[in-house]
Formats: sequence, C-alpha cells, structure tokens
Amino acid sequence: MRIVAEHLSYIYNAKSPFAVKALDDVSLTVEEGEFFGLIGHTGSGESTFVQHLNGLLRLPSSLKRRKKKDGATLTVGEFDLTSKKTNFRALRRKVGMVFQYPEDQLFAETVLDEVAYGYKNFAEKRPDREETERAVREAVEAVGLDYESVKDMSPFDLSGGQKRRVAIAGVIVTKPEILVLDEPAAGLDPLGKREVMELLHRLKESWCKTVVVVSHDMDEIAENCTRVAVFSEGRVEYVLPPAELFKHTEELLRLGLDIPLTAKLVLALKERGVEIDCDYTAEDFVSKVLARGGRSC
Amino acid sequence: MLKDVSFGQYYPVKSFVHNLDPRLKILFLIGYIVAIFLAREFLALGACALVLIVAVLCARIPLGKVLRAVKGILFLVIFTAVVNLFFHSGDKVYWGGEPVLWQWKIFRITQEGIIFSAFLVLRLCLLVIGSSLLTYTTTPVALTDGIESLLSPLKLIRFPVHALALIMSIALRFIPILLDETERIMNAQKARGACIDSGNLFRRMKAIVSVLIPLLLSAIRRADELGEAMDARCYSGGNARTKYKKLRLTWRDPIAFSVLAALIAGVAVMFVFPVFPI
Ligand SMILES: Nc1ncnc2c1ncn2[C@@H]1O[C@H](COP(=O)(O)OP(=O)(O)O)[C@@H](O)[C@H]1O
Ligand SMILES: [Mg+2]
Repeated sequence: MRIVAEHLSYIYNAKSPFAVKALDDVSLTVEEGEFFGLIGHTGSGESTFVQHLNGLLRLPSSLKRRKKKDGATLTVGEFDLTSKKTNFRALRRKVGMVFQYPEDQLFAETVLDEVAYGYKNFAEKRPDREETERAVREAVEAVGLDYESVKDMSPFDLSGGQKRRVAIAGVIVTKPEILVLDEPAAGLDPLGKREVMELLHRLKESWCKTVVVVSHDMDEIAENCTRVAVFSEGRVEYVLPPAELFKHTEELLRLGLDIPLTAKLVLALKERGVEIDCDYTAEDFVSKVLARGGRSC
Repeated sequence: MLKDVSFGQYYPVKSFVHNLDPRLKILFLIGYIVAIFLAREFLALGACALVLIVAVLCARIPLGKVLRAVKGILFLVIFTAVVNLFFHSGDKVYWGGEPVLWQWKIFRITQEGIIFSAFLVLRLCLLVIGSSLLTYTTTPVALTDGIESLLSPLKLIRFPVHALALIMSIALRFIPILLDETERIMNAQKARGACIDSGNLFRRMKAIVSVLIPLLLSAIRRADELGEAMDARCYSGGNARTKYKKLRLTWRDPIAFSVLAALIAGVAVMFVFPVFPI
C-alpha cells in the first residue's frame, strides 16, 4: 500500500485562543516496501502526521468542503481518507500504529490477553482459542520474547523493554501491511534502543511490507531508512535518502536536529583536508576510510 | 476535543476584569448573587443586567462564549419557564385587566404568570452568566489563591486552609493532563480496534475498561511521583511559606468595588421600597 498525502494541514483547537498549527501544507509519498523515517525537532508535527495515517485524526470537515480549493488529500492504499464512507476499521487493521511509550496502554491480566486484544477486535468473526493462541504466539516470538514463559505473566511484571515488546506485539498481531511507530526507542537504555531498532529491521524483512518510523536517533535513521522526511514547524523541509540528507549538515543543525556519528566524523576529517564520500552507514564509512589507506593527516 | 467540553473555561485575553484581584472577584460574585436574589422587580434586575453587560464588555469575552454558559443549563431554563408559565396562579391583580388569558384543565396562563416566568428566566440567566464570568476571567490558580486567602481566617480554628487550597490547585492542574492522557490512550486503543464510540454494549464496555485501567495506573503513578518530588524538595505546607505571586489590589479594584456597592445598595433600597413591584 502506498501512502500519498497532499497539502495536508492540521490545526489543534481550531477557532479558539489555543489554536496550534501542527501541520502546514504537508505533501509526502511513501512507497510500498519503504523503511521511511520522519525526523524533526520536538513539536514539529511528526506525531500529528502519523496519526492521520490510520484515521485517528481526520481532515477537518471544513477542509473537505473546500477540498477543491486547497486540495488536501490523503490516500493509504485503496483507502481515501478524505471520504466519510471509508471503512476505518479495515484501514486500522492494515495500518498498525505503535504510539510513543506504548507500554502505557497495557491493561490486560496476562500477556496472552493483551496481545490477543487487537486480534479479537479486528477478527471478522469470533476467532477460536487455538487460532488466537497461534497468532499471539507468532507475534510474541516475532518481537523476540519467549512465548511459553511470558504468556501467563502479567504485563505489568515485565521489564520496561519487555513491556514495550509486548505492546508492539499487540499491534503487529493483525499482520498490518504498514507499521507506523512513533519514537519506538524513546526512554530506553542504549541496549534497549538497539534491540528495538533491530526488531524493526526484522519486522520489515518478514512481517510488514512498509515501516514508517518517527525517530530522533540519527544513527539508526542513517543505518536503516530508505528515505527520510525532515519536519520543521509543521512543514516538510526535505524528503531525501539518508546518503543525501546528511550532506545538509548545517541545515539540520539549524533545525535543531542531530547528525549521525558518521556524518560528524566526515565533517571532522574534512576539516583536516580528508574528503570522504560515503552513504553514512557505519559499514560504508569504514570501508571508504580504509580505501583511502594509510594516508596520515 | 475532550478539552473543549470541560476545562476550556478560562478565556485568555487581557482586560480590566481579568486584572481584578481574584479575592475581590470572588466576593463580587457573592455580592452580585445576593443582589440578584434581593431584586424583586424588573427595574432592580435590569440594574443587575446592566452591570453584567458592562462587565462582559470590559472582560472582552465574545458573546458566543457568554451564551454558551446559558446553553449548558438551557433545559433548566426552559423547565422553569414552562412550569411557572402554567402553574403560577397569582391571587393579586396588579396590571389591571383580565388575569386569566388561557386555560385548559389545570393549565392556566395568566399575565402575571408570563411576567413571573420571564422574571425567573432572566434571573437564572444573570446568575449563570455572572458565575461563568468569574471562571472565564480568572485562571484556576488565581482562583485557588483567592479562595485560600479568603479562607485564611479559618486558620485560627486550626482548619487546614493551605492543604485544602493545595489539593484544589493540584486537582485543577491535573484535569487537563488527565484529559490529554485519556485522549492519548483512547487513540492507542482505537488503533488496536477498540470500539469506543461504536459497536454493541459489551464490546464498548470492554473498550472502556481498556482505557480506564491504563488511565488509573497513570494517575496513581503521577500522584506518587508528585508526592515524591514534593518530599524531595522538603515541602511542608502552610506556615513559613512565602508566595511568588502576591495578590495585590490595583487601581481597578476600587472602581469595580464602587460599581458593585452602588448596585447592591440600589437593589437593597428597591427591596425595601419597591418601585414597580411584580
Ligand atoms: N492534543 C493536542 N492538543 C493541542 N495541541 C497539540 C496536541 N498534540 C500536539 N499539539 C501541538 O501540535 C504541535 C505538533 O505536535 P506533535 O505532532 O506532537 O509534534 P512532534 O511529534 O514533532 O513532537 C506541537 O506544537 C504541539 O504542542
Ligand atoms: Mg511526537
């Protein structure tokens, strides 16, 4: 499924003194099969944008009426999100959404029930016990937990990283085609972060065709993403593959964003007169540096 | 969305009324309510209405906001009007002419009934608009500060005024946070297919449980964290605490005070010596 957004705008608390323009004329296309990154300083509107993708935030109806004028459209696969008749349940089944700090939404008594919740909700007809357990087992194992040992535990007794995995399992259990994650690694320790990113990579390979991820970790963005959109104050500044994007070092720093370690090293080497042209993955950086061989600086 | 309904009360503009001292505003409201109940005739109520209109204009609150306060109790207003219209059977005839205009079984409309129910409706509207003016123009924090200050004499009888004010301001502070949280969790569960605003009763109950449990947990966690944070800063309440924002009277307060005092005096005089009694 392709995501095509055109001229999307969103205002929180419109027509009140508290109005906040969160999205301003955003146009983006995410192709099927991409690992798409969204980055931006906090408050730039990435979260607002991703909540449109499964219809949690709708295009305001006034926009619908003036559709001809500002042409706001959003389609996800065959779903036209500007239409009132869209089947949002079917859409949400296909577009899995992992919110920031997803462990805050756990509520069930056991991990099994927790993960099964989404599965049962989206099932066409009531699934029988075996079917549910099979789906839950697959999802729990996909996020790297041992099904037999956790299935009867209370999700609240797990560690922080494990809770987050259970929460992610609860979303992917319906086998969504697009998986959207809002800062999935926020608040985890470095090991937890790396594990979550590896998990995403694995899910992308074997589970969901398309992954859209909001992240502040530029190293992970540089390693994993096929393309990256940079948000700033509700607008999209660039949509580029990481190899191009991190050449714009100064603009990124001006927008309050970080750059990956490899880009910092490239910069430091440039200052000493060594030009390295790499795609900013660690692997490529190392091989390019080695290729220059032994030249001291 | 959720926030619009309940605590979008305070209307942030700068105005004469916004800048009045919250303690006085609370007292003014009490005085104003007394005036409304003392008013027994349209002239007195009209004076109250005039003061209110001036206050609303000075507060720079849009008319729509003001009327929304009445909309909240529209049912009560209509109920009052209808009941009094049909059942107010006066035994005095002041305005001359035929008292009964229309009658069907026990339902009777008299001229007096019309006037009386109009009077009640006007009184109710003035009450509600007046009270909402206080919350429109005063932040919850200023309001609790004002209440704390007004209740401070009770400290003499060892009533924990400060603790009460603290509880109130924390509760008020947490309302928007918890509403945000509710919205966030609701969205998260909707993304997992919860039928929060559709589907049959059983599924809905289940969906609501999936929102309530995380919400409760987060409220408890926040309360715990707040308690610990206060403890870590050696918070010990009352007595030796100084305030960052001290309430001070300004030139505006005497002006507002004289207007209101004049109103109450006028209405009180009319209470004793009616001009056009109903
Ligand atoms: N529920 C909300 N109500 C009002 N304003 C909001 C809400 N959610 C986000 N905002 C505002 O919208 C802007 C964009 O927010 P968000 O999309 O969460 O940004 P990001 O994910 O980049 O941090 C911010 O200024 C934020 O304060
Ligand atoms: Mg965000």
